Amino acid sequence: MDKFETFSGIAAPMPLVNIDTDMIIPKQFLKTIKRSGLGVHAFDEMRYDDDGNEIPDFVLNQAAYREASILIAGDNFGCGSSREHAPWALSDFGIKVVVSTSFADIFFNNCFKNGMLPIVLPQEQVDLLMRDAEKGANARVEVNLEEQTIISSDGDVIKFDIDPFRKHCLLNGLDDIGLTLEKAASIDSFEAKAGAARPWA
Amino acid sequence: MTAPKTLYDKIWNDHVVHEAEDGTCLLYIDRHLVHEVTSPQAFEGLRMAGRTVRAPEKTIAVPDHNVPTTLDRAKGIDNEESRIQVEALDKNAKDFGIHYYPVSDVRQGIVHIVGPEQGWTLPGMTVVCGDSHTATHGAFGALAHGIGTSEVEHVLATQTLIQKKSKNMKVEITGKLRPGVTAKDITLSVIGETGTAGGTGYVIEYCGEAIRDLSMEGRMTVCNMAIEGGARAGLIAPDEKTFEYCKGRPHAPKGAEWEAAVAYWKTLFTDEGAHFDKVITIKGEDIAPVVTWGTSPEDVLPITSTVPSAEDFSGGKVDAAQRSLEYMGLTSGQKLTDIEIDTVFIGSCTNGRIEDLRAAAEILKGKKIKDGLRAMIVPGSGLVRAQAEEEGLADIFKEAGFEWRLAGCSMCLAMNPDQLTPGERCAATSNRNFEGRQGRGGRTHLMSPAMAAAAAITGRLTDVREMM
Repeated sequence: MDKFETFSGIAAPMPLVNIDTDMIIPKQFLKTIKRSGLGVHAFDEMRYDDDGNEIPDFVLNQAAYREASILIAGDNFGCGSSREHAPWALSDFGIKVVVSTSFADIFFNNCFKNGMLPIVLPQEQVDLLMRDAEKGANARVEVNLEEQTIISSDGDVIKFDIDPFRKHCLLNGLDDIGLTLEKAASIDSFEAKAGAARPWA
Repeated sequence: MTAPKTLYDKIWNDHVVHEAEDGTCLLYIDRHLVHEVTSPQAFEGLRMAGRTVRAPEKTIAVPDHNVPTTLDRAKGIDNEESRIQVEALDKNAKDFGIHYYPVSDVRQGIVHIVGPEQGWTLPGMTVVCGDSHTATHGAFGALAHGIGTSEVEHVLATQTLIQKKSKNMKVEITGKLRPGVTAKDITLSVIGETGTAGGTGYVIEYCGEAIRDLSMEGRMTVCNMAIEGGARAGLIAPDEKTFEYCKGRPHAPKGAEWEAAVAYWKTLFTDEGAHFDKVITIKGEDIAPVVTWGTSPEDVLPITSTVPSAEDFSGGKVDAAQRSLEYMGLTSGQKLTDIEIDTVFIGSCTNGRIEDLRAAAEILKGKKIKDGLRAMIVPGSGLVRAQAEEEGLADIFKEAGFEWRLAGCSMCLAMNPDQLTPGERCAATSNRNFEGRQGRGGRTHLMSPAMAAAAAITGRLTDVREMM
């Protein structure tokens, strides 16, 4: 996994609440056996009409936001299905950070496994970033994970919280499985103990 | 004396392999269920890293999302991508030596129906699957939740998950349910009350007389939709009904091991005085048969209501409600019972079990569906299908005009050919009414099997109590 570096990028406003993973990547694209190539299908049913033409009103089709790398989203982003195809599609599109007042649990976890950073902020700060994002491509936002800050195009510095372990993994691009396998001896002894206590399990 | 614990605390504590100073835990996983859609990239990851499946005997795979449910499915899958995905699971199951129920096996079905049916799911276990509706297994007092594909790979390789503990929420449904009210109405009503993000960060324990009174099938319906309320998992403490359901299942313990298991399972309840971070209490008698009107499972109303207007809401929900009304093609003030439907879908991991089919058959017996309506019943597993045939339910469905299908996820998420067309309106017993969920432009109203059966007869959303 790539290390998460400080960057500045264009933030796209998506104020709709309850954006679910069926919206982010509809089921017809879950038939792939690969992780890559889903970016072109991100938000497919909001982004393209029945004939496959772009719907001009959709935010990521607008000239200002085609290169967006940050989403400022409404409440409960990523609810619904566990499909990791949702963060795969966003990441493949070029999204590295999603900001919202809340995220669905599984989507939130899935982001970290793919080098993406979901940031939870209070409503007022999401509103501030939403207004900033609405200014278009000139409004570049900086995200600094080391410092845990987002800096709006007007220079407002917003601090965010993140679990220290997850921060460590993102900053260093660490692979969870490799980390866990370092604890193989603990897993072995747990299995021996649990196997004796609950042999049916 | 140790502090009183919740059911969740107890199961959690019994599965912690390692706890770091910041509270990050390595949690042991007893059962890993696998289906074809969320697993290929995980197996590919194992191959690329030269890793094996750590505990193949605890890993169970079954194809369900992509499989055709038409009676001619032995001929194979027409859609190439779907076929490749199912073939990949065939190969991965064989290569890695995990338990497998192929499409041709009578035991094949929706993973969340097969697990309990085969006795893989037992009280006190940790159960995961790359599927959000893994919450279903919580009905057994098992800590069960959905995971992403990277976590599927992590569990395959290590039989553990990196987790932080969630908060405890209690949802108590007191007293008795009124006639015509089912487990589906309970679970939808709870989401209507909490919203789809109300459970975020929590594990819910459902309790109270109305929950105790439910069958295991009903309890699975309730827990299945815990995820639609945003919760990581739903739990119901095991009791005699649970033990009775598990006893004699192919992979349930036998003999002395069974006795030891039951003795342990009887310790799995929330201690008197244990702390819950959030408590919601609903009177069973206040729950009515409900349907959804919008495109989020929180858009729940009693069938006797009218379609709301966007102004009835506040904050970001105003725009979302407006968008839902337009997508659903509804006018505020319209009576829900005046909404005409084109299609009825009975099935899914929410409502594809034998009790669900019995409830539908009771309404449909000796009746015909409305002329021109498209109606299908998709049993949750091959064994549910066989039992329904043995009980004569299949004949009732066929005589009423329903298509009687083979097992699979089918129109719940429309990855196979069972899909809605744009504007087609469906009374569905599944779990999600999201935009495009059942097919691009399709309009979904969620409800119980009895309500869906009633709607099939009249051709519009219907209060099932008028038919009882």
